[in-house]
Parts: sequence; structure tokens; C-alpha cells
Amino acid sequence: MTSILPLELDDVSFEAGGKRLIKDFTCRLDAGPRTVILGANGAGKSLLLRLCHGLIRPTAGHIRWQGVDPGAKQGMVFQRPVMLRRSVAANVDYGLRLRGVPRRERAAIVDDMLGRTGLRRLADRPARVLSFGEQQKLALARVWALKPEVLFLDEPTASLDPAATHAVEELIDAMHREGTRIVMTTHDLGQAKRIANEVMFIHRGRLLERAPAVRFFECPENDLAQAFVRGELLWWRLGKDRQKISKPN
Amino acid sequence: MTDLSDAFRAAFALIAGLDPALAEIVLLSLQVSLGAVAVATLIGMPVGAAMALFRFPGRAALLVLLNALMGLPPVVVGLIVYLALSRAGPLGVFGLLFTPTAMIIAQVILVTPIIAALTRQVIEDLWVEYEEQLRSLGAGPARAVPSLLWDGRFALLTSVLAGFGRASAEVGAVMIVGGNIDHVTRVMTTAIALETSKGDLALALGLGVILMTLALGVNAAAYLTKEWAQRRYG
Repeated sequence: MTSILPLELDDVSFEAGGKRLIKDFTCRLDAGPRTVILGANGAGKSLLLRLCHGLIRPTAGHIRWQGVDPGAKQGMVFQRPVMLRRSVAANVDYGLRLRGVPRRERAAIVDDMLGRTGLRRLADRPARVLSFGEQQKLALARVWALKPEVLFLDEPTASLDPAATHAVEELIDAMHREGTRIVMTTHDLGQAKRIANEVMFIHRGRLLERAPAVRFFECPENDLAQAFVRGELLWWRLGKDRQKISKPN
Repeated sequence: MTDLSDAFRAAFALIAGLDPALAEIVLLSLQVSLGAVAVATLIGMPVGAAMALFRFPGRAALLVLLNALMGLPPVVVGLIVYLALSRAGPLGVFGLLFTPTAMIIAQVILVTPIIAALTRQVIEDLWVEYEEQLRSLGAGPARAVPSLLWDGRFALLTSVLAGFGRASAEVGAVMIVGGNIDHVTRVMTTAIALETSKGDLALALGLGVILMTLALGVNAAAYLTKEWAQRRYG
């Protein structure tokens, strides 16, 4: 099987309502590390994932995957997953059916995934009545069953309690160990430290810094990133002040 | 006043005694209306869902047309179907005029736009919620049509119900294409119109009571189903 990586973004911009929300984004994602995209709310993290995943089209620039049918070899987990109004098992089965997995193979895969995510005892429950944490685990089971080569996760634990967050992080780690390339957004520094091998720091639609996790958290080069890592609550003020200085009037 | 209470008493006597003439009319009504709603659902739901998910030139005009068709006057539909099915009409060879089949055809034309338009609304709302997730899993609009129809099955009950309400209550179309022939094409609404003009208020009222009860019962059942589904499936 040929790889769909590396993913290349070449001068990608995205505009909506007359505003440029992603600006001249150029980067390359190779197989391997777990990438965490860090930034404040509204920095463009979610948009960036959606662009990469092909849910939205860039207004300018190019996004290039390798290989044939890259869409079928990637998955995405959303902050609030959408569960179909059917049983837990049927939700996992649905994804497999869309990918054309034969019926006789599906039951075993579904059972395996529910076992790995600890949802087996809930297999026959309607998916929509599960707790948020269970639903997010189900979202991971559903996407894991498809054995994606790349998995995008958009703030997957933003509305979860610490226990559910821990469970979800463990599943992400397990998928990574099985060879899935993890690309995840978060605005939670602690989570970024636990998960990231490398960090991409974005601010107002621009990639300001990309560095291995250890280096990023110890001595980020960008001044905004420094403030963010120090945990300053109003760190983004820096940007405004700097703009004021650069515009004499 | 005594006339009215006498009529009511006679009406309930007919219902309680399961009067065979009354039963025949009620059964034929149900057969025609349910048949029409079944066919209209099979046509209207996929059409409505497709209108919700696909973007194509002329879509806006089609939407306006569909909404306008919801208000089609039954007598006009009756007239058009009459002309089509009459001896000299294009479909005259089938000899369908003044049969229950003709009545079903007319009601399908009346009910399909209602079911399609209401389905479009339900599916469009669902698509807003589901689109990214389904596309991420690999389902484009074409594949999403059956998925969303299934996921919206309880919300879509309402659109079927609206269709059934229209079919069971209308009199103009079935009167024209059915002819209100005793034992052949006489249904509740046409019988009520006829018996009222003849002055046989008991039968008319009896049928009216049944029609109202039916409407109430069907709506109550649908409401309870939706409530149950909400608790069961979220």
C-alpha cells in the first residue's frame, strides 16, 4: 500500500466573509511524529484541519496528498462527534460499510474496536444516549475501524472531564503506536505537553513557529509563543501592542 | 336542537352497532388514503431529501414550485386527473375513472408535494449537523440520502402525518374522479357531503365523528412514538 504522506500545504489561504482566516500557510507533514497544533480560540486551528482533511477548499494555494484516493486513508474526530441514531455497534459498522468492507468481515472488526475502546458492553445501546466521553470514545472506535493512515483530531477532549480526557488520550496513543499519523489541535497546554512530539503554533491564521515539543516548551523562539507557553492569560495583547508600535499615527 | 341531539344519538348508534354501510365506507376511505400516502411517501421522501442535499441549476425555482404545490386546490387536481383518465383522455384506455385507483392517483398528486417539501426541511436541518461527519467518513450527498432518511425517521413521521391529514380530509378530488358511487367509490368525506345534502344527518355525523377520532388517534400515536424515540434514541 502506497503512503498518502507527505502532505504538503503550499501557500494556502482561506477566506470567509471577506476575512482571511488562514494566511499563506506553507508546511509539510511527513510520516512519524504526533503533531499538536497549538493556538488560542479563533487562531484557525480547526480550519487548518478541515482544509487538510478536504472538508473545505482553500481560497488560494494548494494542498497535496500522495497516492491514490487519499480521502479514504484519513479520518477525523470532531470536538462534538455526530452519532447516527442507531446502536453503538451500528455506528462503527456504518463507517466500514461506507468503505466497502464486506459484511462477513465487519462484525469481527466492530467487536474488536468496541473491545479496545471499552464500549463492548454498550454495543446495543443507542449511540445518542451515551455520555459525551463515551460518544467521543465511540467516535474513535468508528474511525479506528477504518485504519486511517492519518488522523485529524479537532479539540477532541474540549468538552470532557479529566477521566474521559485520559481515556481518549490513551486511545490516541494506541492508534499512534499502531502507525496512525496523529495531527491534533488543542488550546490546552498540559495536553499538548502530554501528546506532542512536535508543535505547530499558530496565531490569527499564520504559522508562527514549528518545533520539536521539548524545544518548543522550553524555549520557544517566537515572542507570542513564549507568552503562550508561560501561560499568560492576555498573551495575545503582545500582538496588539506590537501592531500599535509599528503603526505610527 | 332536538334534531341535532337526535342526529348525534343515531350517529353513535351506527358506530356502536358497527353498521355495515358505515364500516364499508370507513374501510374504503382508509384504503384510499393510506394507499395514496404510501405511494406519496415512496416518491416524496427521496425527492425531498435530494432537493435538500444537491445543488443544481433551477433548484430555487423548483423549491418555490414545490411549496406552491402544497396548496394545490383538490378540485383542480380532481379535474386534471378526470380529464386524463376520461374515455377521451390520454390514459382513458385503462378504464380507471370512477375506481378507487383513480382516487388514489388524485390523492398521490395532492400529497406528494407536502411530503417532499416537509422532508426537504427535515433533511436540510439534519445535513447541517451531519455533513462534515458523514463526508469525513466517506459519504457524499448521494450516499447520505438513505442515511439521513433513516436517521430522521421519527422527525419525518410528521411529514407523513401531514400527508395523511390532507388525504383523509379532502373531498373535491375524490368526488370528481371517484364519482361517489355507493359500494364502489364512496368514502367518508364524499358520503358526508352527500348525506348532509340529503338531510340524513345521522350517517353524516357518524362519519364525521369517526373522521375526527381517526385524525386524533393517528396524531396521538405519532406524538407518543416521537416521545418514545426521543427518550430511546436521543
